[in-house]
This record gives sequence, C-alpha cells and structure tokens, in this order.
Amino acid sequence: MADWDPSKPILEIENLSISFFTRAREIPAVMDFSCSVMPGEAMGLVGESGCGKSTVALAVMRDLGKTGRIVAGSIRFKGRDLTTMTEAELQKIRGSEMAMIYQEPMASLNPAMKIGAQLAEVPVIHEGMSKSDAWALARQIVADVRLPDPDRILNAYPHQLSGGQQQRIVIAMALMSKPALLILDEPTTALDVTVEAGIVDLVKALGEKYGTSMLFISHNLGLVLDVCDRICVMYSGEAVETGNVEQVFTEMRHPYTQALFRSIPLPGADKNARPLISIPGNFPLPHERPPGCNFGPRCDYFQAGRCDAAEIPMFPVPGDRHASRCLRWDEIDWTAPPAKRVAKEKLPVGEVVLKMEDLKKYYSVSTGAFGGGATKVVKANETLSFEAREGETLAIVGESGCGKSTFAKVLMGLETATDGQIMLFDENVQSTPIQKRGADTISQVQMVFQNPFDTLNPSMTVGRQIIRALEIFGVGDSDADRERRMLELLDLVKLPRAFAERMPRQLSGGQKQRVGIARAFAGGAKVVVADEPVSALDVSVQAAVTDLLMDIQRQNRTTLLFISHDLSIVRYLSDRVMVMYLGHVVEMGTTDQVFAPPYHPYTEALLSAVPIADPHVEKKRIVLEGEIPSAVNPPPGCPFQTRCRWKSQVPGNLCEVEVPPVQVLEGGHQIKCHLSAEVLAKMEPVIKIAAE
Amino acid sequence: MLLFVLRRIGVMILTALALTFVVFYLTNLPPNLEKLAKSEASARMTDEQVDSWLASNGFAQPVLTRYAEWLGVLPGWTGTSSDGKPMGRCLNRIPAGETPPAYCGILQGNWGWSTVFKQPVSEVLGRSLGHTGWLMLWVMIVMVPTSLILGVLSGMREGSRTDRVLSTFAIATTATPEYVSGVIFIALFASATAGISPWLAEMGWIEGKTLFQGTATSAMDGLTFWNFGLPVLTIALYGIGYIARMTRASMTEVMTQQYIRTARLKGVSFREVVMKHALRNALIAPFTVIMLQFPWLLNGVVIVETLFNYKGFGWTLVQAAGNNDINMLLACSVVAVFVVLVTQLISDIGYVFLNPRIRLA
Amino acid sequence: MEDLSWTGALGPFLVPVINMAAIVLAIAVIARILVSLADWARGADAVAVGGPVLAARRRGLGGTLDLAAQVTIGLILLCILLIGLGGFVLPGASKGILGWAALRFWPVWVALVVTLGLSIRFKRRLGLYGKLMDSPVGLVGLALVLFWVFTAIFADAIITQDPLGQLSGMKNIVPGAAVKNPSEGDFAWYLFGGDHLARDVFSRMVMGAQRVLQIAPAATVFAFMVGVTLGLPAGYFGGKLDTLLSFLANLVLAFPVILLFYLLVTPEIVQTGIPMYFAAVLFLFPVIFFAVLFNSRYKTNPPRRNLYVGVTLVLGLWAYLGLAFNADPLGVWSMDPNMLNVFVSVVFVNSPGVFRIVRGLVMDIKARDYVAAGQTRGESPWYIMLWEILPNARGPLIVDFCLRIGYTTILLGTLGFFGLGVSPESPDWGSTINAGRKLLSIFPHPAIVPAVALMSLVLGLNLLADGLREESLKD
Repeated sequence: MADWDPSKPILEIENLSISFFTRAREIPAVMDFSCSVMPGEAMGLVGESGCGKSTVALAVMRDLGKTGRIVAGSIRFKGRDLTTMTEAELQKIRGSEMAMIYQEPMASLNPAMKIGAQLAEVPVIHEGMSKSDAWALARQIVADVRLPDPDRILNAYPHQLSGGQQQRIVIAMALMSKPALLILDEPTTALDVTVEAGIVDLVKALGEKYGTSMLFISHNLGLVLDVCDRICVMYSGEAVETGNVEQVFTEMRHPYTQALFRSIPLPGADKNARPLISIPGNFPLPHERPPGCNFGPRCDYFQAGRCDAAEIPMFPVPGDRHASRCLRWDEIDWTAPPAKRVAKEKLPVGEVVLKMEDLKKYYSVSTGAFGGGATKVVKANETLSFEAREGETLAIVGESGCGKSTFAKVLMGLETATDGQIMLFDENVQSTPIQKRGADTISQVQMVFQNPFDTLNPSMTVGRQIIRALEIFGVGDSDADRERRMLELLDLVKLPRAFAERMPRQLSGGQKQRVGIARAFAGGAKVVVADEPVSALDVSVQAAVTDLLMDIQRQNRTTLLFISHDLSIVRYLSDRVMVMYLGHVVEMGTTDQVFAPPYHPYTEALLSAVPIADPHVEKKRIVLEGEIPSAVNPPPGCPFQTRCRWKSQVPGNLCEVEVPPVQVLEGGHQIKCHLSAEVLAKMEPVIKIAAE
Repeated sequence: MLLFVLRRIGVMILTALALTFVVFYLTNLPPNLEKLAKSEASARMTDEQVDSWLASNGFAQPVLTRYAEWLGVLPGWTGTSSDGKPMGRCLNRIPAGETPPAYCGILQGNWGWSTVFKQPVSEVLGRSLGHTGWLMLWVMIVMVPTSLILGVLSGMREGSRTDRVLSTFAIATTATPEYVSGVIFIALFASATAGISPWLAEMGWIEGKTLFQGTATSAMDGLTFWNFGLPVLTIALYGIGYIARMTRASMTEVMTQQYIRTARLKGVSFREVVMKHALRNALIAPFTVIMLQFPWLLNGVVIVETLFNYKGFGWTLVQAAGNNDINMLLACSVVAVFVVLVTQLISDIGYVFLNPRIRLA
Repeated sequence: MEDLSWTGALGPFLVPVINMAAIVLAIAVIARILVSLADWARGADAVAVGGPVLAARRRGLGGTLDLAAQVTIGLILLCILLIGLGGFVLPGASKGILGWAALRFWPVWVALVVTLGLSIRFKRRLGLYGKLMDSPVGLVGLALVLFWVFTAIFADAIITQDPLGQLSGMKNIVPGAAVKNPSEGDFAWYLFGGDHLARDVFSRMVMGAQRVLQIAPAATVFAFMVGVTLGLPAGYFGGKLDTLLSFLANLVLAFPVILLFYLLVTPEIVQTGIPMYFAAVLFLFPVIFFAVLFNSRYKTNPPRRNLYVGVTLVLGLWAYLGLAFNADPLGVWSMDPNMLNVFVSVVFVNSPGVFRIVRGLVMDIKARDYVAAGQTRGESPWYIMLWEILPNARGPLIVDFCLRIGYTTILLGTLGFFGLGVSPESPDWGSTINAGRKLLSIFPHPAIVPAVALMSLVLGLNLLADGLREESLKD
C-alpha cells in the first residue's frame, strides 16, 4: 500500500475479459474492458441489462462465482493486481478498502442477525476493534446515514425496517471501515422515486465527506448524471464510450449512446410532434455477437465491409479523457437531426367511455401475528372520481401502496367496489364481478401487465395464447378463422408470424410484452389498462413498446389508462394525469397543468425526485423526509401531511385533522390540498430547461 | 403468541378426537367384534350366540355411545349377564365391596383390559413405552447431530466432491427402508454364517459367534452397544438421509442468498460465513423436519422392534393389532396420535422462535 | 450337476483383483477425508468459493488420492462387467452364479441398451427427459428404474424355476446349488438359493418386481389424481374450502402409516366392504379430473366439448364400475378384493402428501401475471387451475412423482413385511423379506436378495428424481 501514489488512479481496469463457462460452451460476458477511477471520483457504468456492467463490478470484488472466470486483462486497485491475489489477501481488502452495495437491500442483510451485529462485524474483522467500540462506531455511522433513533435500529432485525432504511443500513455497512472504493450496483432500483432521491443525496454527500471513490452502476442515465463525474457506456460486453459525464451527454461520439438518448423521454419530447426513436433490432445474445462492431446490425451509420471487418478498438476523442469504440466517430455529423422522426397527428378525443364516481375500495385484513389480532380496514381507494374519453390517454401516477393496482382490479372486475359507481360505456359495473360480465364487456376492457417475464404462460405457444383469447371473446367462426386473426394480431404488434409457434421463453422481454399487447387487443378492446407496461424493459425497448401502444391506440381509438411511477414517460405520452397518494387522488389535470405550477406538494416532490438525463435541465431539489406511510395505518387528516414541506403554510393543525377538499382551479385542474389559492399561485416550477 | 398456541391446541384436540374416533370405529367393526366374541367366549359360537354375547358385554350400543364411554364423557354401560350377574364397563376388576365409579374412560385413566397380555392396558403400555423411550433417545442422539453435520457439510459447497459423495449417501439411505437395512445389518454384522462375524471369530477378535447381537431382547434388561447398536442404527439411518437432504437443501439455498455474498464481500472468511451467517438461517427448516420426523420414527420403531424382537411400543402395537386386542390397539393409537400432534405443535412453536422474521411480525 | 460358484471360471483371476482394488480404494477414501479435514482446519480450502479458479484441477496429495479412487472404482466395475460377460461366453457351470444371472437377464440388457441408446442419440429433442441424459446421477437412476421395469415386463422369460414350486432337498439351500434330479429341459440350479419352503429365490425376486411395478405406479397415479383435483381448488380459492381440506389432509398425515395399515388392510375390513366405499370415492377423481379438464378447455366449442367429455365419461365410468364395484358388464375391468384393499389404502395414504404439494405450488403460481391475464379475460377458475397453473407446476410434480413411486414401493414392502393384504404364496419383496427374516442369522440369502432388489429400485427412483430436479432447475 505504501508504494501507491494518490495521484494515480485508485482503480485501473485494463483490457479485462470475463467469461462464464457452462457445460455447453464458454459465454464471454465482458470483452476488452478498460476504465480507471481516480481518487474521489465517481464513475458511472451505464448500459442495458445483459451488457456486463454488474459482471465488471463483481470482477472487481473478485466474486464471480464458480462458473465465471477472468480470462484476460488486469484489475489494479491502488497499484496492486487483484486478479492474481489469493483468497486471504482478498479477504483483507474486501470490506475494508473496497465495499459493495446492491440492488435488493432486504436480501443483502442477514435476516437472523441484528443490524448492530452485522455492522460491528466489519471493524472487528478488519481492525481488530473490540466489540463495544465497534458498536459505538456503528451507532455513529447509522446516525451519519441520517437514520432516526440509531439505538433502536442497531437492536432491530432487518425485516423491521422499511426498504429505504434497509438500503441506508447497507450503505452504513459499506462505510464502516471507510473504504477507498465503493461499488454501487443499481442501489436504488428497488426503491420508490421519492425514497431514491434521498438515497442519492446521501451517497453524494457521503462521497464528498469521506473522499470515497465510487463505481456507480445503473441503467438510469438521469441518475448517473446526478451522481457521477465520469461515465462509461457499455453495450453487449464492451465499453463503447467513456468520458466526462457532461461531455458524453452533450457531445456523444458513439451511435449507441446517441440512439440511447434519442429513445428516452426527456422533457421536450412529445408523442405527436417529436416522438421517440427506438433502436431497431434486438440486443445480441452473448454467444451470437456479430463480427466487428457489436452495435453494427442496429446502427444507422453502419457500413458493410468496414464496421463488420475486424474487432474495433477504443479511439481517443478530443475532450476530457473521452474515448469511443466507433470507427466512424469523426465522419458522422453528430448534430444532424434524426432522419427517421415522423411527426404524427394528435388524436381527437371522443365520447366519455369510462366514468368513476366516488369509488371506494376497502379491504379488511387481520393484523398481528398468526391471524389472531383485530381486523383492520385498509382503505386502498378513497373517493376516486374521474372520467376518461375515447382515444384519450389518462396516466395514473403514484408510488408503491398508492392504490393504483387496486383501482385497476376493481375496474377489471377482479374485485368489486365497496362504494361508488363505475360507468363503463352505458353500464354500471362497480359491483359486477368478472364472472358475471358479458363476453362483450370483458373484451372491451383489457389489461397489459407489468412484468414481461410473467405475462405469458410459459408452457403454451404464443399463437395458442392469442387464439385462446380469441375463443373466449367469441371472435371468429372457425379455427381457421381465428388462426388467421391471430396472425393479423402478430402483424399488428410487429412480430414475425413465425413467432406463433414459439414458446415464450424463446422471446425477449420486449417481444413478450408485444404478445401481451396483442392478446389484450384480441377482442378489439376499447379501454386498455396498462399497468407499468414498460417499466421492466430496457430503455431502448421501452420506446418501441410505447410507440406500438400508441399506434394501436390511434387505429382503434382506444382509451388508454396508463399506470406508471415514471413521470418522464407519463409527460411524454399522456393527455391527462392523475396523481395518487395513499389511495387518494391528490392532483388531476391535463399533462401541462400537472407538470407546471401550481402543484400539489406531493407532485412537486415527485417531479423533483425524477432524475433527468439532460444537463440543460435545472431542477429544484426537494427531498422528502421519511417513508411512505403504510396503507394499513395511514396518518390522520391529509395523507401527505407527514412528509409535506408546505404544511407550515396552512394555518392551525388543519392538515392533521381534516382530509383536504378538492380545489378546482382554472381549466378543471384539481388539487386536493389545504393550501390557499395565493400560496399555490406563488409556487415555482421545479424543472427549468436552461437556454442553450 | 399465547393465542396462537391456544388455537393450535384447539385444532390439536379436534384432530385427536377425530383420529381416535376413526380408530375406535375401525377397531369396533362388526367382524372385529365377532372375532373378539369368538376368541373370548368360544370359537364355535353360532351367530345368535355371538350377538347375545356382544349384547351382554355392552357392545350392542351405538358406536358413538361406546366411543363416548371409552372416552369417559358418558357413564359406562351397565347390565346383567345371561346368568344374572351384574355387568358393566366400570365393574370389571373392581375389588369386591367398592362402589364402581360411573365414568371409566381414558379421561379417568381407565384404559381397559388387554386381551392379549391379560393385564391392564396401562401397565403394558407404560412398560413398553419405557423401552421405546430408550430406543428413541439413542436414535435421536445418533441421528440428529449426524444428519445436521452431513447436511451442512454437503450444502455449504454445492456441487463439490464432498457434496456429491454425501448426497449420494443420503439418497441411498432414504432408499433403504428399515426392514431392508435391518436385514442387511443383521446379515453383515450379526450372522454366524455370513458377513464379517465368522471372519472376526476366526481371527479371535470377538468372543461370541457374532459381532453384534441379532436381537435386542436382552437390551430390555441392560443396554449394551452390542445388543442395541443395530436397532438404533437401523432406525437412525433412514432418518439421517432424510434430514441430511433437507439440511443440504436449506443450506445450499442460504449459501446462494445475497446476504451471504454481502458477508463474503465484507471480508468475512469462509468458515465464519458458514458458522455465523449461514448456519442459523439454514437450520430453521431442518428443525421442523426433525420434529415432523416423529410419525416416521414411529414407523421405524414398529418395524425395528418387530425385526429385533424388542418388546417396546411398536412390538406391542403389532401384537395388539395382529390379535384383535381392541383396548390395547386403541391405547396405542392414542399414544401415537398424541406424540405426532405434540411434535407438530413443538415444531410450529419452535419455528416461530427460531425465525425472527415471524416472531415479531 | 455340480454346484455353481459365485464368479465361475473367471473368479480365480478377477476376485483377487477386486479385493486388492477395494483395499486400495478404502485407503484412498479414508486418506482423502483426512486431507480434506486438515485443509478445512487450516482454512486453506477457501479458494473454491467465489474467485476465479484458474487451475482446472487441484493438485497435491488430494488430487493423487482422487485419481487413485477413480482408477480403483473403474477397475472394480470392469471386473464385474467381465464376470457378467463371462455368462454369455463361458459354457455351463463355469459361468458362475453371476454369469448365469447376467445371461438370464439378456432381454433386459437388450431393451436397456436400445432405450438408453436411442434416448442419448436424440436427447436434444426430448426436452427434460433428454436433459436427464446429461446428468450422471439421473442416468444411473433411470438405468436402475428401467432395469426393473424391463425385468417386470420380461419376467416370464427370465425366471429359471416356477416361483411357487417347491423342490425337494432345496430348503434354505445356498446360492448356486444344483437341483436334485432335474427333469429334462429344466434349469439345473437355484441361482440365489432356496427359501424356507424350498422355492427358488431368484425367480421369486423377478416375479416380485412384476408385482411391485403393477401396483406402485398405478397407485401413485391415482394418488396424484386425487391430490391434484383437491389441491388445485384449495390453493386457488383458499378460504373455508382450503381450511377444511387442509384439516382433513393433516388428519390423515398425522396417522402413523403402520397403524393405518393395520386398521385398513385386514380381512375383516374387506368383509365390511369399506375398501369398496373408499374406492368408490377415490376412483371417481380421475373421471372428474379429465371431464373438468376437457370441459374447461373446450367450453367455447360445444360440439367438441361434448365429444371429449362424453368419451371421458363413458370410458371412465366403465372402468370405474369395474374397478371399484367389480360390476363391469363386459368383464374387462376387475380387481381382486384383497388387491383393491391394498391399492386403495396406498392411494389413501399418499394423496394428502400430493395435496399439500399441489396446494403450495398453486398458491405460489396464482400470483403470476398470466393468471391475472386469464382472470381478466373472464376464464373460468377451473380453466385457470388446469390449463394455466397446473402445466407450470409440472417440474416439481414430476420430481415428486418419482419419489412417491419409491415411497409407495416402500409402503408396499411394509405391508408385505407385516403380512397385510397378501397371500402367503405371493412373491412380493416385502413378504419374502418377512419370511426370510426368521432364520436370518443362519440363512441370510432368502431375505437379502429381495431386500437388495427393493433397495435398488427405490434408489433408482430417488436418483432419477434427484437428476430431474437438478436438470429442471438448470436452463
């Protein structure tokens, strides 16, 4: 350690190649990967799932499992080569000089050990600290990660904490020995946006306080912009572009990076005037990579005979240690507007097809261990009223536990409403369970599900599943007729007809989601509830699937109820937005109304929390305190009062006593808040796009 | 917690009542009673004689009534025999001059008279349970630590050589029911003509003709390794494989958990990872398995006691069942059902205590 | 005729080799364990976890010992193979017992080689079964199971003597003894000796396989029908139905099996007709299962639905009448009352276990989105249970099916061991073990032979299940 010069990179990865060995073949996961992290620097590793970013992180920790092996290259940490270290040497470094934080905080903590013991273990092992000193240190660090009541937390078991608290503990654990390098593998992906914002702030602050270098792995470009100084974009096992974050975001020099930015909904994108451009084709499987440039087959600038001739090295690009793995980086006109962008017409809105009035859905659950204790009422939906018109996209926004899924269930008829009315076309369906609905009604209202890996029955062919939907909806007179209709549906969702014979496991996530959409439209659905249809997909696929949904919507004049927590995509595609919190609709209006002041305080915080991958955007930072309260035990009065930063503007303790009324502002914009009209009018916009 | 235990006990009592009633019903089927009559009175009775014998011995009442009497919640039947003597459930074997009690079911501690052993059921049962207790104790002492160690060793590194060898061993033992392993053990270690005993005797390394004894009859007077080793091993072996496989499955699952990786990347050594982080989580599942193993052990006990001629609970059960000894069989079922249900209860409660996630949820 | 030796003419050459190899193997294994323990104590074996293992094979003393063990195991197997092959080549008595036994099993070997050969050849097209060919454990298990299956099929060609015939002078005779005064054309030896009634142990073992494989798989199939038909709604609907069914299942599971058998499998019970009532209930489940299966699938197409459900009902109820009540008007389906009693009891004991597994799987799978998709398109609950959930639970169920056939084999053996529900003549393994155990310490062979047979079949099933589980988790 003595011979390491602090002006040299703390982590230096050179030409690293990693393969996984299965019985059948060697699967190269990472190829010729190089990057370096300077002391105190935060390096972002970005890419879609399967690009090898987590493998790099695990290789740095030398924890690739039984099948993974480093086949070439070196990883130097403080000048020492990690790839040749023995297990005993690694043990000394792990946890003391470098530490790792993972995606699933609950799974990262030992369920049978107290938090304090898990934290104190680190200095006891590495510094030979006494147990009591270690606990004292743990207490201090727990306070450092801004957790209330450290003593109680140290004596708690992991399951007694919320997701956000658990992630703070994992961070605290990583910091126990003040490591020089911190590896964060999608640390906030499993968390809600408002909780994520708090964690991101914490990580940034602690990085500065302790001078820790960071390797930050994420699929979210906005988050990387927030946290990191430098970025490395990966595609199919290779680094394709690396450099200073600002530079890469504004002057990208690799077609993949450019395509990625064109496919994510940044502020200013619009589904009609400036639609997103999806990346054509699919991510290559690790053992089916094309010769030459991996991105070649999907690239707009591809030149046969050149790009697919030989392996392409990294080329240095002018700028701050900027490099790109593109042969043509200096030939391409990077500022030219995209060629394929086609503006579309706005869809006129028609009749009201769905109307909800004062919908209430309560569940009774038994609390206490073993079903003993008293039963409590969970108010999943509280006085929901809205209407949706033909051809309209209505977005329903909210974090976990806000009641958006319950609402979908009631609409679909899987549950019946406790109170209130649902008018579907001209029918009252609030208390008609799905078994009692006619085939017509059922086929008119369909759903697209969130998880592509779960949405199709794994043991039935794609064609069979669509045909089954056609049978149930009574479409077609004969088997041949339905077969033909099924193939047409595959055309509709732009899948090859040969897919009819495939099993779902042979399809990629995006393709499965398309089949799910085809199935939902089998009976010519007029109202489609899309429950986070793209949140589990990679960004480049997201654009294609959203586009598809909207194309079908245009053709069928479908009413789309788009449930999402992702405000960027909501702003991009919805006509009207409904924001929910703990079963209440806190704000509703057109997209422009909701995304501009006056806001409901919750919407304001939500907007501020969403990371935006555009350095031109200036955001006001509002970090909410605390956690989302449980729906079993909601706070009295306004549901948001426990976390509201505007609460002091309301006279008396009105917020804590009374559920606020719905204020209708101009243009039909509704806000459920006690704040007076004057205070609301004084609100400032959260997002400002700086002039270029 | 208390509520939970109470509910469990409630279900348990309900189960016990249902099960004992089923046993009572099945043992008191008309053909069984007929057999009883013929064996107690005379083998060459006519059907009418059988009926009258049954009537005069209280077997003519509805089965539910008799079940309640046996349980001790209805007063025992009374009547007169064909020769005019007063008869009654509670009259039997009461010293002359004392007033017989009105209720005499198992709730009053009256288990009845065993027709095979010609003794009160409670005496036979007490003695045989004592014998079986020793057997069970030694089985547990051998089985539990062995199986847990084997399971943890093979589960901590899935796919390693140790794992493959131990797993194969565990599979082999679960494929070997007691009546097979017992037979093989006796042939190998306790046969004067086969296995290793003749060879050992020739070398002069053992005094008797065989290394182990092929029966455990002498163990009822004094336990030794040589007369008790084979029965214990036979029962334990089957359980070892089963519990070891459960432990292995649980251990391999725990070892792939994220928190094990967390611990490893904290710099904890492999041994410490296993001992401190994995073990407690991995042993939660096997604990329940061990407890639920008891019905199985009862099976093993019955087979082994029959095979080794050890007059414990299992042997008694076989004698009672084979000779239509209704009271004895009922008593055995009560004990068996009770053991099974109590271990289930312990398993449930223990699980809650071992698993902090449930305890405080 | 002279008596046979175990290994025949090859014995004098090969047995010393086997003995030597066995001793070396034993030493190597013990030494290997000591080396491992020493490594563990030093903490030096931590390399295998995580970290890239650059060297493919670990060297040093441990590696040498591993090699020694592998070589000796190979040597022993080779010798055994040679002795078996000797049976095909050598003349008459010089084949030895093992050689003769190997020869008698020739139809089994042919069938085994053909089946496994074809399976391995086409393994890529055979799905999970094909993947089994990649797992050594599963392959060994499959081979063992197929061995006994083919033995049961070709039993009549394999047996050397009448399994019920008693020949004078052959009581408890040692293996390989020549038959006294054999008549022309009869087999001249008792390969595995004679039992206490002077019957041929070898032939009885072979016929025993037939008996077991007639009952065990069929009983397991019925247990699955019952368990699946009840477990699906219990897991899917939950609530009171689940509480009731689970209570009943736990009731049966709380019974020690042997007690239940002593109560259920007796001649007195057969007299009362209780097995028939049981059968009347239990045998109805397969009919219900298939009728509901087709009904839910083809509800949208009534003509086809009527055809399938109709055929199911006609065939099912026909077999049902024959099997449960012995009332088949055409006399095709029937079951011996004793056999029915055994069969019904085994099904009854097994179904709660299946019920519990199915219920657990359903509770897990019903939270999937494709189930919700089925619900939102208005599918009937039975369609969702049978066509959306059940096919996706097949992995664990197939594994459990294999294990459960093994368990059923053990149960049947237990019944035989206590002499329940079988005639004294019956060659089934359990009762043969029971008959042989009385003189076990003097004449072990009559009990050992069926014991080893039973063990190898159950072991095969367990290994097969293990291989299936492992292969289905991969991918």
